[in-house]
Amino acid sequence: MILAAIALVAFSGAPGVLLGRTSRVGERIATVLLVAGCLLGLGVALGALRTSVLLDLPWAVPGGRLAVRIDALSAVFLLPLFVVAPLGSIYGLEYWAARDHAEDGRKLRLFYGLLAAGIALLLVAGNAVLFLVGWETMALAAFVCVTTEDRLEAVRRAGYVYLVATRIGTLALFAMFAILHQATGSWAFAAPASALGPQAATAVFVLALVGFGTKAGLMPLHVWLPGAHASAPSHVSALMSGVLIKTGIYGLVRVCSFFEQPPLGWGVTLLAVGAVSGVLGVAFAIGQHDLKRLLAYHSVENIGIITMGLGVAMLGRAIGSPVLVALGLAGGLLHVWNHALFKALLFLGAGSVLHATGTRELDELGGLSRRMPRTALAFLFGAVAICGLPPLNGFVSELLIYLGLLRATTTDRLLVAGAIGTPALALIGTLAVACFVKAHGVVFLGSPRSPRGDHAHDPGAAMLAPMGVLGVACAAIGLWPSGVAPAFERAVAAFSSEVAVASGSLEDLAPLRILSVTGAALLALGAVAAALLRRSTSRARAASGPTWDCGYAAPSPRMQYTASSFAQTLVDLFAWALRPVVHPPRVGGLFPQPATFHSHVPDTVLDRAVLPLSRAGARVARWFRWVQHGNVHLYLVYVLSTLVILILVSR
Amino acid sequence: MLPSLVVAAIHLALTLVLPPLLVGIIARTKAALAGRQGAPVWQPYRDIAKLLRKGSVISTTTSWIFLASPVVGIAAAIVASLLLPMGGHRAPVSFAGDLVLFAYLFGLARFFTVSAALDTGSAFEGMGGAREVTFSCLAEPALLLGLVVLVRATSSLSLSTMLGPQVLAQWHVAAAALVLVVISLFVVVLAENCRIPFDDPNTHLELTMIHEVMVLDHGGPALGMILYGAALKLFVLGAIVVAIAVPVRTGSLVVDLGVFVGAMLGLSVLVGVIESATARLKLRQVPSLLVGACLLAGFAVALSAR
Repeated sequence: MILAAIALVAFSGAPGVLLGRTSRVGERIATVLLVAGCLLGLGVALGALRTSVLLDLPWAVPGGRLAVRIDALSAVFLLPLFVVAPLGSIYGLEYWAARDHAEDGRKLRLFYGLLAAGIALLLVAGNAVLFLVGWETMALAAFVCVTTEDRLEAVRRAGYVYLVATRIGTLALFAMFAILHQATGSWAFAAPASALGPQAATAVFVLALVGFGTKAGLMPLHVWLPGAHASAPSHVSALMSGVLIKTGIYGLVRVCSFFEQPPLGWGVTLLAVGAVSGVLGVAFAIGQHDLKRLLAYHSVENIGIITMGLGVAMLGRAIGSPVLVALGLAGGLLHVWNHALFKALLFLGAGSVLHATGTRELDELGGLSRRMPRTALAFLFGAVAICGLPPLNGFVSELLIYLGLLRATTTDRLLVAGAIGTPALALIGTLAVACFVKAHGVVFLGSPRSPRGDHAHDPGAAMLAPMGVLGVACAAIGLWPSGVAPAFERAVAAFSSEVAVASGSLEDLAPLRILSVTGAALLALGAVAAALLRRSTSRARAASGPTWDCGYAAPSPRMQYTASSFAQTLVDLFAWALRPVVHPPRVGGLFPQPATFHSHVPDTVLDRAVLPLSRAGARVARWFRWVQHGNVHLYLVYVLSTLVILILVSR
Repeated sequence: MLPSLVVAAIHLALTLVLPPLLVGIIARTKAALAGRQGAPVWQPYRDIAKLLRKGSVISTTTSWIFLASPVVGIAAAIVASLLLPMGGHRAPVSFAGDLVLFAYLFGLARFFTVSAALDTGSAFEGMGGAREVTFSCLAEPALLLGLVVLVRATSSLSLSTMLGPQVLAQWHVAAAALVLVVISLFVVVLAENCRIPFDDPNTHLELTMIHEVMVLDHGGPALGMILYGAALKLFVLGAIVVAIAVPVRTGSLVVDLGVFVGAMLGLSVLVGVIESATARLKLRQVPSLLVGACLLAGFAVALSAR
């Protein structure tokens, strides 16, 4: 049944290809098929939370078997996919309507379906070859989606960086599967029967960290992520940021589940990588003034938080503490859900702003909440949730990870890990508040900074409804976390059944029910205070006038704090990593001319490490260029001669 | 033992009534040290009551966020106070990890305060907002790191146990670490409440202010609620320092609460003395003091590693 669902999703865009370029029928068929497939998949995934689905059929591909395995761990990752993908598709009906995008609408819909199907396939794959088929389908479909607007230079460049990064990641995965195959003699993507030596195990772990970490966007392997997320159409960004990068986390969790006695160093590595990604991800985000690039860097941050959770789990496994495993893993996996929900919400909100104003540049926006009140409210929900603030869902998952870290500090072996991880997570949280106050405040509050938003208005139902669903889901998980806890207990059991038995239920470990009480108390007190304020302001005279501004009676929007000026103090604090580029104004002479100030924060890793290295690589590769003729016959000769040599050598 | 409902009611009543008094005492202390007579300690109550009756001007630039900020500030501070053990007695609400909720509630309040500042579209208020978020990025890790020391010492993840009767025993075992924690948390309290040396609540130079500049445009009832919310925040955060620094736990509710209230008033006098004796730091030097607070807490963790 899951295969039928995947097929429906995969070919949802196909009928549209046969229809006209601006055909409304084609896009509707695509959405209906995709939604139907996802609902079917949702049913299967919910069922798989209780009982695993296993299927094993022969397949003609060498080493491959159509081995499907959906356990609770797969299901936990499938659920956000089957929620976000259809919502994005519905959003796309209006956002990327066929009549406005004749040249690339069909292509986008075809590959959007393939992208979602590729993700689903790799999540259910129990065989390395099948996994890689799904992985590559996803990677290539995502490349096509990212480069939808391939007439723009920046988009092509972002797509190219993504393609190279994903190739390198896949290379590491090939090596990882080869080591697993060498040790076990099977291509199954399942726990090797304790046949791995310590060196091979470490090699598998490091290769998984590189291969899956590239996809997930862990610092410093994140170089592809900001450009790709910013360039893709917003509903594709939502799917990529919300779900696609989580496949890297899925792979990492799956590989980690193979090892029952991991060395302490693995957990420490994951925690450190997660903390670095988290802090620097959000620090880079603060420096951005492109709304979608800012959101993309927040994906790096949230992947960091998830990885910290996984790190806590691995530390717990190393020292034999099932409670730490359960808290870290459940927190990390719940954050996978939460991030899928609020990041998709934020990208869809950013898409609505882009749709209405035609710009992603923060410093050209402002005051949109009066023109787009519903979008503003949805974005505010997403912003509060992503900062991990109560009473929304982000707080619940961060609390679980905090509980793991704090419990770690009470043990002697993990004191240092916990005592560094706890303030790191606090720093990530406060920086996120700074960043989203800026993003929400600059776009929606204050007064407009340019005439771009003069005619902006809320989008139609097809774009608003998906945002509403996601916002409600954020609030629901935040106010009633007990409702989703069983899913994560089962996922922990799928990770390691002994751990799940030893750690007990999640309700006993974490105060999920009390969170509902405190959340309700917060809302109730807020309502009381709001009623009081409303009564006092209506009884007393409440006049309206211009902003007081310390008595300056003619404030102009140009005097407002901009996104860059708001971020400046923080960017200065992190200048050692961000390396902001500043073009200060030159003021001279007795009568200075108008001057301009410009600053931006480029990606340090990409610009200072990856690009120089790849240029050096290209210089070396020039020597081999004579091999490349562009002549297909000669390439076939190469392939044939390599094969003949291999056969001769292996005899 | 009194029934817990009565204890909770006393707890809530103290939380709601006491905070403006602390502000009044700080002002009175400063006046006394400056050789002035000063306003009576009850003045903040009168100010708030007066503001609640006054009219206000609401900027046409603003949206509902502008008025939501005082509401969220008060609601978050009251919920945070419910997690707080007073005089070592169990708080009305306590659970494993409540210290995280405690810290994050102030994050929620900050989100809305700074958003309201940006809502006015004024450069001054944007400036204050930028400073507020920058300094809190350094204060919050120090707060949690300080609490980590208590988590480790008491093997508990709940404020009610961490700051409960066990604190006295900890002073016998780990006095050095606790001294460092108290200093570090006291710095955090000063920073989070925008007191000197971080910020001067009475300054008349808008360019140099942090908290006051963010609420320049609020007036009337909204300003009254903001002042009350700020007093609540001072009370709730100060109570953490007091709970560690004054570990008197007799077990009798009346005596313990009396000591607690007395210590809170003492804390306000101390804040007043510091405000009279020191000058504001330059803005550029503020991060170093906060990083210093983080480092002190880090040393305290290292001391507890034995």
